[in-house]
Amino acid sequence: MVNNSKPAAEPLAATFIFREGIKAGWPICLGYFPIGLAFGVLAQQAGLHPVEIGLMSLLVFAGSSQFIAVSMLSGGASVLPIVLTTFVVNLRHLLMSSSLAVYLRHVHKTWTALFSYGVTDESFAVNLTRFRDSNWDWRQALVVNQTANLAWIASSIVGAYSGQFIPAGAFGIDYALIAMFLCLLVFQLRGRLYVITAIVSGLLAVLLALFVPGNSYIVLASVLAATFGVVCRRKDIIND
Amino acid sequence: MIKSEYLLLLIGMGLVTYIPRWVPIFFLSRRELPPWFAEWLDLIPVAILSALVFPELVTGGSPRFLDLFRPQFVVAVPTFLFALKTRSLGGTVVTGMLLFWLAEKFI
Repeated sequence: MVNNSKPAAEPLAATFIFREGIKAGWPICLGYFPIGLAFGVLAQQAGLHPVEIGLMSLLVFAGSSQFIAVSMLSGGASVLPIVLTTFVVNLRHLLMSSSLAVYLRHVHKTWTALFSYGVTDESFAVNLTRFRDSNWDWRQALVVNQTANLAWIASSIVGAYSGQFIPAGAFGIDYALIAMFLCLLVFQLRGRLYVITAIVSGLLAVLLALFVPGNSYIVLASVLAATFGVVCRRKDIIND
Repeated sequence: MIKSEYLLLLIGMGLVTYIPRWVPIFFLSRRELPPWFAEWLDLIPVAILSALVFPELVTGGSPRFLDLFRPQFVVAVPTFLFALKTRSLGGTVVTGMLLFWLAEKFI
């Protein structure tokens, strides 16, 4: 019999990696589909060809900034302002990748380069939860990223061709991502400090969202709330 | 044929999106972090998730305004409780969708 005393060192079977990755990633795909469809429809109405639409989803892979780019394009904006706006809108991934980095030690830099491409709000949330709570393998995380990526590209192309035939908001699918974020938020509430940080961040985000246009409220609120949390912990105001 | 200006746009957008995703993973994954920074990063996920979801629930319109009676928020309460009770991601997604679908129909 084989001695299984060191399961972490055992190579994982490819089918297991794919199965687990897809199991973790399907809620993302479900959530991406209506958004990708809507994006495809809008982009097509703005005069883009389905190939151009699919190419944008492939090369950029960042939902909200793609919507903004399309509306800027139809408003006649030139390349530079669109690229700069994209940069600002997507800067929040800097924080997400920083949190993920801890779990990607010893992974070859070619693989981390590919992994980085797939870091989105959704894949970040799913993978980080798994990394923290289970023996999540970076290859499973990569499957999550790439499955979500495929769903995004496919749905935007489907939208480009046929989106107008699918009724908007069918089966409450618009709520898929919100429900997913709510559940992942629950997973993150691992003590008093986390609950307080969540409340502070949520309130700050709502307040900032009301007064600051754009999506900078996400980065601002999370940075401020996490800093507040660290200060509280360091000064022993709140213990976890 | 895809116009070269459009291609340039996509490459530009792709690069400025990719770089912030890649830089921290490339640099932070190969060094020890100071403890305060590790503690800070530990709180970032909960902060980001909360900052992503709360404005979606209670604000709407453009420019945004506060609306505590949106179906998004009304449905979020039972969805949150369901997640707290079951800790099932798939179950929460399906329940949230179902409740939202009903809320849109009847509210």
